[in-house]
Amino acid sequence: MVENRPWLTFFAHAILIVGVILVAFPLWVTFVASTLTYDQIIHVPMPLVPGDQLLENYSQVLRAGSQKGSAAPVGTMLLNSFIMAMGVAIGKIGISILSAFAIIYFRFPLRNIFFWMIFVTLMLPIEVRIIPTFKVAADLNLLDSYAGLILPIIASATATFLFRQFFLTIPDELAEAARMDGAGPMRFFWDVILPLSKTNMAALFVILFILGWNEYLWPLLITSQESMYTVVIGIKRMIAGGDATTEWNLVMATAMLALLPPALVVVLMQKWFVKGLVETEK
Amino acid sequence: MAEIRLQDVRKSYTKGVPVIHGVTTTIADGEFIVIVGPSGCGKSTLLRMIAGLETITTGEISIAGRVVNEVEPKDRNIAMVFQNYALYPHMTVYENMSYGLRIRRMPREEIRSRVERAAKILELSSLLERRPRELSGGQRQRVAMGRAIVREPAAFLFDEPLSNLDAKLRVQMRLEIQKLHRSLRTTSIFVTHDQVEAMTLADRMIVMNAGRAEQIGAPIEVYDKPESLFVGGFIGSPAMNFLPARRVGDDADLGGGVRVPIPPALRAAAPQMLTLGVRPEHLVAGESSGSPVLRFQVENVEALGADSLLHGIFEGHAVVARVDGHDTPPSGANLAFALPPERAHFFDSSTGRRVRPAAG
Repeated sequence: MVENRPWLTFFAHAILIVGVILVAFPLWVTFVASTLTYDQIIHVPMPLVPGDQLLENYSQVLRAGSQKGSAAPVGTMLLNSFIMAMGVAIGKIGISILSAFAIIYFRFPLRNIFFWMIFVTLMLPIEVRIIPTFKVAADLNLLDSYAGLILPIIASATATFLFRQFFLTIPDELAEAARMDGAGPMRFFWDVILPLSKTNMAALFVILFILGWNEYLWPLLITSQESMYTVVIGIKRMIAGGDATTEWNLVMATAMLALLPPALVVVLMQKWFVKGLVETEK
Repeated sequence: MAEIRLQDVRKSYTKGVPVIHGVTTTIADGEFIVIVGPSGCGKSTLLRMIAGLETITTGEISIAGRVVNEVEPKDRNIAMVFQNYALYPHMTVYENMSYGLRIRRMPREEIRSRVERAAKILELSSLLERRPRELSGGQRQRVAMGRAIVREPAAFLFDEPLSNLDAKLRVQMRLEIQKLHRSLRTTSIFVTHDQVEAMTLADRMIVMNAGRAEQIGAPIEVYDKPESLFVGGFIGSPAMNFLPARRVGDDADLGGGVRVPIPPALRAAAPQMLTLGVRPEHLVAGESSGSPVLRFQVENVEALGADSLLHGIFEGHAVVARVDGHDTPPSGANLAFALPPERAHFFDSSTGRRVRPAAG
């Protein structure tokens, strides 16, 4: 709006600032809590300025977790989470771009049925099929392994659908020109489709990485050894049940650590992410 | 370079809908053939069949003496220029032009020299590092042609390459294509719906309508002797005037007392119901002795500068005459036009075909 009304500007800013505070305040509390000692944190009211335990708390959880809850080192968990999120994101992109390529550029019998079969699985969230999937994973000896964390959730109907929609916007003549130039299907895929999909892949990577990182239910089921925990599971396990005390300062430090990688991915790939969502030029 | 033969080429899509009803012709080595017709007449389909992008239902296509019905496009030794250019958006001009050669694993030096030669011909030398989106429409079109040239194929196929350009650029590119063909002498097949492109570029043209080749011949031949009402109406701008006529003795009676003598050679073959065709540029303003005279009121005048188009109604049928631009009568004027009998075309109204001298 091209208007110059001071009170309107003030009002707009006030609302934005309130919004930012609402979102940021819990994060601030988490951060402050992660820098306090256990005694400071259970003191009511909890202080809202950072304490001096930053290094101690973080190095404690990275090396040894919480002594009262789960003692698994968060460092390993972060690594597990990272491997799982990368595996899921890259795997999903790889599989779905290939299946979308097959569906758009090859004529084979029942092509549409296959597409709709993939599409229908969009309607089935992981929770619906989790028991049979667990049974299959268990029978294949995938429990407590990276393969078990990644493989069962590696197919993505959403990503396939997105790539399909993108491929539909690539002019047919491009494929024909490549045929005339002598490029076989895979050569065309490698030389033309992949470079053109770069921004889409980047945008999807951001989304899928965060989804994979935050995946809770599946790692909870498939892992039972502490060495295979992902960090989101780790946080839950650190919260001791029953009468035991929970070292909230350490839990909060872990939460801060769990938050960093997805935030980093978003910040670092923001340019590509936005480009992938808005770019129209083919 | 190669000769391309089409032998009764037909195409029908699934469910048996025929789109090409049998085209037979031979395109000589180095010839520039234009396939022209309205949209939906099957001209692009025919080209794509030659390219190998569409299957051939029946018939035979051969390039350089080799039947290519079952040969992959890349092995047909042809190159195609697409209407929307189909340049690879993420590659530079150089990469676009050299892509086909790189796939064929040609030595790097050979690729470089070929691309540079083509770029020089097409005046693209300074643009080789640009990407397609940084180029204008005409430049993109030249890159698309460059991509075809570097392959040094047996034939070029052009699929309406100029229709995405603005009018001025289209004329310029038309001349460049002409020049290019003169210097390369590569067999070329050029599809267009624009009869001006067809007339100016073609050594011979194939006029297509509804999946049939209505007439195949040199442009001037097609202009002078259209084989059918369709060809007469399609080639030439503005379109040929068509006036229904009844045969009365040795004359064609146009109504309103106007009679055009039927040439002696055609008398034996001329049917009762005729359609007389005459081009707007062949109607001569004023009365001249010996010629039948059409009189009509000028309803609209389109002044084009060099000449003017006069629109009127004669005996219930729209008529257009082309006159000199400096002699333009006002609209509303009642004018007489001489119709030189030797300029009249006679068509059989029932078949739409040109009346031919009876055999023998």
